[in-house]
Amino acid sequence: MYRYDEFDATIVRERVEQFRGQVARRLAGELTEDQFRPLRLKNGLYLQLHAYMLRIAIPYGVLSSRQVRKLAYIARRYDRGFGHFTTRQNIQFHWPQLPEVPDILQHLADVEMHAIQTSGNCIRNVTADQFAGVAADEVEDPRIWAEIVRQWSTFHPEFSYLPRKFKIAVTGAQDDRAAIRTHDIGLRLVKNDAGETGFEVWVGGGLGRTPILAVRCRAFLPKQHLLSYLEAILRTYNLLGRRDNIYKARIKILVQATGGEKFAQMVEEEWEKIKDGPLHLPQAEVDRIHRYFAPPAYETLPDIDPAFETAKLEHPEFARWARVNLVKHQVPGYAIVNIALKSEGGVPGDASADQMDLLAEVADAFSLGEVRITHHQNVVLPYVRKRDLFALWQRLKPAKLATSNLGFISDIIACPGLDYCNLANARSIPVAQRLSRHFGDPRKLDEIGELRLNISGCINACGHHHVGHIGILGVDKQGQEFYQVTVGGSSKEDASLGKIVGAAFSEDDIVPAIDTIINTYLANRTDRSERFLDYVRRAGVDPFKEALYGSAPARRTAAE
Amino acid sequence: MALLQHGALQPNNWRFVGDDAAIPVDEPVTVSLKRWQAEGESLRGRNAPVGVRLKNDEAPQALGQDVHRLSLIEVEFPKFTDGRAFSQARILRDKLGYKGELRGIGTILRDQYLYMTRCGIDSVELPEDKSIDGYLAALKEFSAWYQPASDGRLTVIELRHPANANARRGGAPVVTASVAAHSA
Ligand code: HEM
Ligand code: SF4
Repeated sequence: MYRYDEFDATIVRERVEQFRGQVARRLAGELTEDQFRPLRLKNGLYLQLHAYMLRIAIPYGVLSSRQVRKLAYIARRYDRGFGHFTTRQNIQFHWPQLPEVPDILQHLADVEMHAIQTSGNCIRNVTADQFAGVAADEVEDPRIWAEIVRQWSTFHPEFSYLPRKFKIAVTGAQDDRAAIRTHDIGLRLVKNDAGETGFEVWVGGGLGRTPILAVRCRAFLPKQHLLSYLEAILRTYNLLGRRDNIYKARIKILVQATGGEKFAQMVEEEWEKIKDGPLHLPQAEVDRIHRYFAPPAYETLPDIDPAFETAKLEHPEFARWARVNLVKHQVPGYAIVNIALKSEGGVPGDASADQMDLLAEVADAFSLGEVRITHHQNVVLPYVRKRDLFALWQRLKPAKLATSNLGFISDIIACPGLDYCNLANARSIPVAQRLSRHFGDPRKLDEIGELRLNISGCINACGHHHVGHIGILGVDKQGQEFYQVTVGGSSKEDASLGKIVGAAFSEDDIVPAIDTIINTYLANRTDRSERFLDYVRRAGVDPFKEALYGSAPARRTAAE
Repeated sequence: MALLQHGALQPNNWRFVGDDAAIPVDEPVTVSLKRWQAEGESLRGRNAPVGVRLKNDEAPQALGQDVHRLSLIEVEFPKFTDGRAFSQARILRDKLGYKGELRGIGTILRDQYLYMTRCGIDSVELPEDKSIDGYLAALKEFSAWYQPASDGRLTVIELRHPANANARRGGAPVVTASVAAHSA
């Protein structure tokens, strides 16, 4: 993985000192809360319902075991023993004290981590495919480019006061695990006809109150021009993006208002003028960063490991975990292991300090000391030998880290909701917990098959509800918590936005409603090969409407 | 208002003249882009320097080659969160090649001052009684820079690959000093 050189280390250290000064000025009353707000937001510090929340960047989701241990330490020392992994490859601590935040940042800097630009109207933490460098379907490793973008975007003097926040995601694979079309800029590494790799550039995606999928801005961008092209997009947005209305300030609104083609043309004009200037990437720098992501010294192993095969036969529960949670690796004899932070009745994305320590331990023992965090709020061990899988599973199981539900209905994405967030209309966590219990039976999960269920506590869509196969959105009805349901969303290469099934459900009715939706699908699918999403695309929302509201939807409409 | 320029607070002898007001004969003035476009010839005929105050939503490109005839261009920061002037400044410096004084006016906070200078702004307007210590300290908060901007500072990439940077900067040698020395 990437390691800081003296320059990276200096910049992060200086940032800690700068923020220490800003906190001191706030505590001394030299800054009002209003003046402090934009400063703290640039460093991932939010004021929430009960306390401050500190959001720490995990650039493109990669962590060393040493970093994981440090997060565990911070959870114990400065929080209540927990951390919360988010959909943007960040981790949040919900209980830090303001005077201690500079010390937390110093601890992070000690292990080459930071909270830089994890919030605020600037270029946020760059996200990428969690299987980068090990996925079997990869064109090229996106981490190199994500790191280049991370450095370029850090303290960018021109783009730190944008109209609104700005999110960039990079993928290098066929299967889009980075949800690039829901980002302000999505980058996909592709090969052109000449066999060269470059970027397909997507622009103007975003969720929130007005969900919009990104449009293609350029079919092929030679790699050495990446930064100048990004700069051209950002400059166009910084000058023309709306600043009069925060709900219309994202680049997606500008792209829609201008028209995708016209916007691309404006970017192109700007880019022509700067592409051969100082942002042109020297190959020496690309090579330097590339070296950090060179493949590890893999052993030559047979792809079929007899011990692994035997263990599966002897332990059906392990066999199920292996079937559900493993992903094909580039290298024979190795597996990519997914660890779901979605235990039955648990809080999606939460990890206790003890669990983090265990993750660090198994990463050292079995995965070359590296873990990844996914935008589905799960953890990945990227380099596990198949012959170690059973031993690994035995270590994970007692820590409630061996849930076998990856990609199933109980592998829920959920935002913090009303339990923590001052913008929320409704709680998300208890709904996720109840659903995970309701759909706890592994046989039930297998029968339903692939299904993505995402929950947001309000229209800001932190839980990506629009792009869940089933989406649940917390709404407020005369002071009561209600839940609106959508079906048919997807964040993958076939991205789509979910459609609303009808009037919202009360807290008591939401789990039965989801059950009805699932039963409707099970009763009507052609066969098992027709996934829930396929079924919705074929049949539309009407069968669900019928099943949920029948011919007399009156009771629920009253609450609308 | 006074000016923070060259590391000290200086008196400001420039004045902005509204579109309908009379232009004084021998005083340095800035005018709106609109007035410059309408009355540029006569404004240049005076005995005193002239500048333009750009509004936030005006494209600097509208000035074109006129930038070389101006002694001052002002860009506005109406509030902390409005960062358009950062891009306007970079366009003036990098694209239009403006070499004269580029001034930031409006809400000038110490926490943005470093970025303003990186974007090519070389003076900012501040209240006369303002302490500038914080502003000067803010310039020293960082000593290494990831991205090229309009201030000519060597970037981290250039320091990592001096040979490359030499070529790009037309042969002028790049000193591979340590970060600490670079900041001194
Ligand atoms: C708890 C404090 C949080 C607050 C106050 C907050 C606030 C917001 C707001 C205001 C938006 C809408 C912005 C817009 O559409 O322009 C948003 C969007 C979003 N947030 Fe959060 N958020 C919080 C936590 C989280 C968490 C925990 C996650 C991850 C699980 C997250 C991930 C996202 C994502 C992915 C979006 C959608 C981005 C998009 O519109 O493209 N946020 N958040
Ligand atoms: S979706 Fe709404 S409730 Fe959930 S974290 Fe985001 S802002 Fe808060």
